[in-house]
This record gives sequence, C-alpha cells and structure tokens, in this order.
Amino acid sequence: MNVTVADRRPDTASQSKLGIVDCDVHPYMKSPADLDPYLSERWRQHRQEIGARTRGPFAAAPNFPRMSPGTGMRHDAWPKNGGHPGSDLALMREQLLDPFDVAYGLMMPLLGRGGDERNVEFGAALAHAANQWEAEVWCDAEPRLKAGIQITTEYTEAAIKEIELRAGDRRFTHVMVPPRGLEPLGRRRYWKILEACAANGFSIALHLGGTSGHPSTGGGWPSYYHEEHPSYPQSKEALLTSLVVEGVFEHIPNLRIALVEGGFAWIPSLCWRLDKHYKRLKAEVPHLKMLPSEYVRQNIWVTTQPIEEPEKPEDLLATCEWIGWDRIMFSTDYPHWDQDDPRYAFKVPLPEKEKRMIFRDNAMAFYGLNA
Amino acid sequence: MARHVVATVGEIAPGSCKIVTVRGREIGVFNVKDEYYALINRCPHEGADLCLGPVMPRFEADRVGDYKLTHHGEMLRCPWHGWEFDIKTGQSWCHPDSVKARSYPVEVVPGEALAKGPFVAETVPVIVDQNYIVLDV
Repeated sequence: MNVTVADRRPDTASQSKLGIVDCDVHPYMKSPADLDPYLSERWRQHRQEIGARTRGPFAAAPNFPRMSPGTGMRHDAWPKNGGHPGSDLALMREQLLDPFDVAYGLMMPLLGRGGDERNVEFGAALAHAANQWEAEVWCDAEPRLKAGIQITTEYTEAAIKEIELRAGDRRFTHVMVPPRGLEPLGRRRYWKILEACAANGFSIALHLGGTSGHPSTGGGWPSYYHEEHPSYPQSKEALLTSLVVEGVFEHIPNLRIALVEGGFAWIPSLCWRLDKHYKRLKAEVPHLKMLPSEYVRQNIWVTTQPIEEPEKPEDLLATCEWIGWDRIMFSTDYPHWDQDDPRYAFKVPLPEKEKRMIFRDNAMAFYGLNA
Repeated sequence: MARHVVATVGEIAPGSCKIVTVRGREIGVFNVKDEYYALINRCPHEGADLCLGPVMPRFEADRVGDYKLTHHGEMLRCPWHGWEFDIKTGQSWCHPDSVKARSYPVEVVPGEALAKGPFVAETVPVIVDQNYIVLDV
C-alpha cells in the first residue's frame, strides 16, 4: 500500500535555479493528414486509399482497453479549441514547458506507426514523414523540443538511410528504435541498425509502444489494462536481457540506450539474476567478457516515469543507488494519463546533487545537449 | 477560519462544480443532488487540479463477476492518474484511512441572515431574498 503524500511541500528541481530536462514528451498530430505534406504522392495515395496494415490485431484500436476518449490521455490536456492532447504547442507550453522550466523536452512521438507497418516501404515513408513533421512543426517552432528519429527495424537499408540523413541535424537527438519487433532486439538482424545509431552519434530511446503481433506479456494476452500496464517493465526486461546476452554491447561498446517508460526499480533484481546465471552458464555465452550487470552499467540509462511508489518511499533511494544515480533521467510522459509531475514524482526528498543529476545533468550528457 | 459567500443557490447545477479562490486556495464547490460540498482543487497524489476531473458513480464488486454502480454522482476522479475521492468527505476510495483531499464545511444561508454578518462576500453580491452558498475556510 502506498502512503499518503497529502499536503507535503512540493519537491522541485528549480531550487537549483536550472531548467529540467524532460525525457519523455509526446507530440501528436491534429489529423492523420498532417503527415501528407511529407509523403510522396505515391504514399499519400496509399495512406488515403489503402491505409495501415500493422502487426497488431486491430487497425484502429489498441490491443487492450484503455480509458477513453483518447486511449489514456490526461483528462485536462484536451485543447479547448479541439484536437488531440499533445497536438497544441501553446497548451504544451502552458501545462508543461513553462511551469516546470523545461530546458529541453525530448520528443517521443507515437504516431505514423511506421515501425508497426507490415508494408515496410510504406513504413519507411511514414517514419521519414513523421521525422520531417517533428522537425518542422515542433522543433522549428519551439527549440526546447528535441526530435526522435523514427525508423522501421524490419527494413534495414531504409532505417540506416534515415539515421544517416538526420546525422548532424541538431534538432534530432535520438533514434526511436521500436521495442517490440518481430524478434528480440539483440538478434543480429538488427545489429546494422544499432551500429548506425552509434556510428552517427545518436543515443537510442527504447520507448514502450508499438506492436509486434506477439502477446504483450510472456504469459499471453492480458484481460485488463491493470494487467497490461505492468507488462511495460516485463517487455523492457526481455529487451535488456536480449541485448546483453546476444552480445550487442560487446560488439558495439559505445551504444547508449535509454529505456523509456518502463520504470526502473526492476533493474537491480534482473541484474542480480543475470549475474548469478552467468557464473553457471558462462560456457554457453563465451562472447560475454563482463558480468551482465557491468554491460547494463556501461550501456543502459533509464527514465523515471511511470515511477515506482514503494510502500516506504525512502526505499527508492536505495534502488537508485543500486542502478547508479548517473543513469537515471527524469521524464513526465506528458500528456498521458499516467504522467509524472516533477514536483511530486519522487515521494522522498532527493539530495540536492542527485536531484540535479536526475532532473537535468544526466540527460544533458546522454543526449549531447551541452554541446 | 472565516465564512465566505462563494455562490448563489441555483448557480451550480446538480452534478457540477464551481471553482472558487478563497484565501489563496482554489476550492471546488460541488452540487450533489442539491447538497453542497467543497474540496480543495489539488490532488493529494501529485497535485493535479482535482476538481476538473469527472464526477462518477462508484464501481463496486462484492465478488468476481458481480458488479454494481453505487454512490451515483458522489465520486470525483482525478484528471491525471484517476485516483477517486468521495466528494462528501474527501476520502480516497482506495485508501480511505490514509489519503484524503482536504474538504471544507459548506452551508446554504439565506441572504437575510447574511446581511447580519459576519461574512466575507467574495465576488458575490448579496441580496436579501436569495439563498447563498457559504464556505468555511
């Protein structure tokens, strides 16, 4: 059971008099036609006449029920002049960027669904269009917002072309690798894409989302959203294990990956388990030269939302210690219903130095925002 | 504590809420079947504007597969994370013993009585033949 937090003083990063970095901000389109200006005539026509064919079971609904309208949006984030939450820059400034003194917001657009598209050429076109839309509609209007590069991992050449196209463009800070691919992300079919991310100086954001067609939990499809939500950390555990055990970090030691929207308190126990098995099963994976936890410590960062709320709030401090204070980055997930408020997300006061690291410095370094 | 005139009777329709600022605090005044209740406009979880959330019934299930709706129009659901509060008491549905949204006493007072004071009439002009909603803050 969580303890009450009523009426405590807001715990703000602004005591440091420095803006925070929000590592998970969702821009949305006002209409699917918003991408049309960035699609060629051929794909514009395809979108209008044929439409999406994703790997999920439904074309126009998520895999599982969520609160409506808007499949899980913050109730007060609907713009008064119409449109989807997250589609109105003025409201985003009013609710997020200005009040919390956000120095940078890292955009994780969940739209276009290029990564889910079965027609990989269309998927690549959608990903390219979404990237162009992000840069022109959002970054050019609001320099505090930084763009994520969408790709489709099932079309290697197009993904690499898109990553290379954005290299050197300061509006783009990270590649959004879809976390639910046809196979676990550590498989070699994805290595060329991962290599391209590192070679072009991009960090990777593995933001939860998308659909592979596989059940979202290891035990099959869930019945309830309450059951689906905990599958986020479950999918992150599978991703992280695959990346480590397949030897990705041995092959690309400078790969930098942020796990976004999966919480983080599960990481220590996973590392303990991986390390334990490493001692017994090393012969099976001789390509691993370090303990699994050492690869995690070297190549993995995490964002905070949806933050865990332990029964004793101070237990979270020990968890941060185990993961490493320099690996944890604050995120809101605006405008989703389960977003975290920077003043209240941590139910325990953080020491000033660590607070600055989590709310600003770690992300500035990870996304190269200091340069 | 002082008593504040915050609205006229009839101004807040049943099932709706008026948000007023009294002594620097935003407070939502709710009409629940023509009885009035007031809660602070701040969720005890992460500080959202609580009173902007939808007014709901309470969903209950005594056992699996047996569902019922109760407390029609008496529950307030936070617009962010969906925590639910009893409008009449401010108590959290999930943690009634430990989590509470601050509530304030409300009463309906005739204009005639108000004229005698002492009340702080916020922005509501008082006339004798009207009834008023008065908040104790």
